[in-house]
Amino acid sequence: MSVIIEDINSGPPPAPLKAKDFKGKVDPDWCAGCGDFGVLKGLQSACASLGLQPHEIVTVSGIGCSSNLPGYFNAYGMHTLHGRSLPVATGVKLANHELTVIATGGDGDGYGIGGNHFTHLARRNVNLTYVVMNNQVYGLTTGQISPTSCHGMKTKSTPFGNVETPINPITSSIMNGATFVARAFSGDPKHMISLMEKAIQHKGFAHIDVFSPCVTFNHDNDYKFFKPRIKRLEDEEHDVSDWKAACEKAMEWGDTIYTGLFLHRQQATLEDQEAVLAEGGPLSFRPIAVTKEKSQQIIKRMM
Amino acid sequence: MSSEKFDFAFAIGGAAGQGIATPGNILARSFVRRGLHLNAYNAYQSIIRGGHIFLTVRISDRPVENHGDKLDLIVCLNQDTMNRHISLMGPGSRIIYNSDAIKPGEANQGAHLCPLPVVEITDGNRNRLIQNTVSLGSMVSLLGLDFQVLEDALRLHFGRKGEAVVEENVNVARAAFEYTAANFLPFERPLPEGPKPLAVWTGNDAIAMGGAAAGVKFYCAYPMSPATGVLHWMAQNGPDLGIMVRQIEDEIGVSMMTIGAAHAGCRAMCATSGGGFALMTESVGAAAMMEIPMVFINVQRAGPSTGVPTKTEQGDLWQMLGASQGDFEKFIVAPRDALDAFNTLPQLFNLVDRCQCPGIVLSDLLISEGTFSVDPDVIDMHPPIDRGELITDPANGDEYLRYEDTKSGVSPRALPGMQGYIHVVSTDEHDEDGILLSDEFTNPHKRRKMVEKRARKIQYILDDVPPPKLEGPEDAEITLIGWGSTYGVIREAIEQLEEKGVIANHLSFKWIVPFKAEAVVEIIGRCKRTIMIENNYSGQFFRFMRSETGLDVDGHIRKYDGEPFMPHHIVQAVLDQVSGQTTHSVPFQEIMV
Repeated sequence: MSVIIEDINSGPPPAPLKAKDFKGKVDPDWCAGCGDFGVLKGLQSACASLGLQPHEIVTVSGIGCSSNLPGYFNAYGMHTLHGRSLPVATGVKLANHELTVIATGGDGDGYGIGGNHFTHLARRNVNLTYVVMNNQVYGLTTGQISPTSCHGMKTKSTPFGNVETPINPITSSIMNGATFVARAFSGDPKHMISLMEKAIQHKGFAHIDVFSPCVTFNHDNDYKFFKPRIKRLEDEEHDVSDWKAACEKAMEWGDTIYTGLFLHRQQATLEDQEAVLAEGGPLSFRPIAVTKEKSQQIIKRMM
Repeated sequence: MSSEKFDFAFAIGGAAGQGIATPGNILARSFVRRGLHLNAYNAYQSIIRGGHIFLTVRISDRPVENHGDKLDLIVCLNQDTMNRHISLMGPGSRIIYNSDAIKPGEANQGAHLCPLPVVEITDGNRNRLIQNTVSLGSMVSLLGLDFQVLEDALRLHFGRKGEAVVEENVNVARAAFEYTAANFLPFERPLPEGPKPLAVWTGNDAIAMGGAAAGVKFYCAYPMSPATGVLHWMAQNGPDLGIMVRQIEDEIGVSMMTIGAAHAGCRAMCATSGGGFALMTESVGAAAMMEIPMVFINVQRAGPSTGVPTKTEQGDLWQMLGASQGDFEKFIVAPRDALDAFNTLPQLFNLVDRCQCPGIVLSDLLISEGTFSVDPDVIDMHPPIDRGELITDPANGDEYLRYEDTKSGVSPRALPGMQGYIHVVSTDEHDEDGILLSDEFTNPHKRRKMVEKRARKIQYILDDVPPPKLEGPEDAEITLIGWGSTYGVIREAIEQLEEKGVIANHLSFKWIVPFKAEAVVEIIGRCKRTIMIENNYSGQFFRFMRSETGLDVDGHIRKYDGEPFMPHHIVQAVLDQVSGQTTHSVPFQEIMV
């Protein structure tokens, strides 16, 4: 039996929702004070204010404290393997490009074990949003350095201090060709939510690195550290089309640390350029059988 | 069709970069159009220029399931080929070579040397590859074909390169054809014609087409020999068939992207070889835990590690059996040939859709990179499709349990985007509603329930996976047991054994997991003397079968030099074992490629 699913969702348009309508079946088990609470709430608010419905959204995560997010979010969700949120999210998006796909996870998940995917997703410009809860430490494994841990940081795996230099997610993302690159701070929810809204609306790969402090395992980069240093790019003159200025601002790591939209440019998405998606709706709901005519053409070419 | 079988094999040998594929392809097309069956095996190395490439093409008026034992004609494109292979050429064979560049060796009695003065024939043409066209003209003459057959093939092949190239090749081929007709004896039996034109494909083409027929809408890959042909077919044909085809940064990305597409509702698959599969391994368990149906294809090459990238082996069985941590359900199937691989894909997709679990196709270089004729009328691009328990109606409320603990273990599946079925899938153990067990406390009763639910799914489709069948006389003295790609060569070995008075039957395994242990015990219990044949060193399938059944076998034939079995390898080994010389044979590879 060939299954063809059409007009799966009929009926009147649903009513606009509030952030709380995106609350999942389970309450987060994050530590009290964890920055991830703010990110979760922010994402719920952004989805509500954009008028999205839960069934139109798929959240995809890897593994880690922050990767538990899909379970706390009322939408379709996938809690996959460590480092693999981006390829899975890409597969979902390409199979059904009408869905709003949001990949979430932590710095270790995205920039460490998943670093190769992060690099290539940026240049591919698939229309999805990637929110990284960056706490500069491995939390679920009880405190080791991550790719974004500062030089000198003492953790269980670096008891004498980290001798490695952290990667800069913003400049990496820009260099790899991402079309929307932003940084937010979980302790500045209004600003973060506005960036999330823009990211979801952006047509292309939108990357938001969110400082989401770990109150248990990273006492170097906590709220007290960030609060006096954070400056919003939006409060200064910053040209989001100027990648060089964006990189310079992203490299600041002293008394001033910038949050905001670093880079924003329009470029054809992968889906736009993919002839297979030009017409016919999502691949996942198309008729499964190859037409008689096409199969005959293929066989004829073999003769 | 005459009563005596027409069975002819030729080889073209030279170095990488000498353009061996071109004459091989031109002739293969011409022969299948003539209705002849064909089986071609290309022995090559992972080298960009140089080395030794040896293409063997066997043609017949009957189906041919392997590349055979003997060569009737060899084309030596360099001195190396001449030196290596002249001793293999028996009475009645022809040896074609460019006498301007290559010195003939000592030919066996009755073998005919056919020196071609290429400079004279081509009027001093300086194109390095022109000797290939000269060889074609000469071969077609020796085979007693009309020159028009070759002219048509050349026009088709070189047409895209413009009229000048076509004319150059046609003129050179004609000159070589005429030179050969004037100077050398053609084969006594000219090439026959079959009842209808056949088609030609590689095993990788067949795998890709099988996927397309099964309704695959998403294919992605990272290039890796010998699986890359699947990507090439998909890239070429995908856009026209509505298949999204992508090349991804690594095999982990490949398999996880396939999972994403499959979860969103596409039939999705990916192909690689053992090394790439090693990277995909974690995804196999992820698909099983999230209950997402998808198909992995592993085209085996000789290992371990990078191994021998261009040589064949059946060495990845245990890698497949053990793929991914944990204790879970998956399918493993090893097709027997290209057409079987084509037909297997839709069968496997139906099974994985019904069971909502991963499936693995275990091919090898011999099947995947071989070129074969196929009857176009048996290629069924519209096989039965069964997507299993897929929900298609929208629902109200939020009572949906993605992992509902049903009697069959199969939980009706809803696709993202549908109202009323919101759920989260996870690689963590979860309850019926998808909520992580570790989110409350790791409830041992719930864990047990979910393990059993997933395991039950396979039990419920068990009757749809056929047990192996004993082919040939029930009371045979010998039972030859093989799996996957050895099917064709064992069949021919059995025919040859019969001519020598040894009656053997054949037990060939295709479905490996789930394994039909009871049926196997029953069948082998009826066999008199069993010999297991495998293209590996350690007897991987033998050890698997023994673990599932407790059965031993009486003898082994194993080949692990990178080259596939030829029928006489098996025949000689069986004769050695029948005469009591040994119970463990390792055939000697005569053709040094």
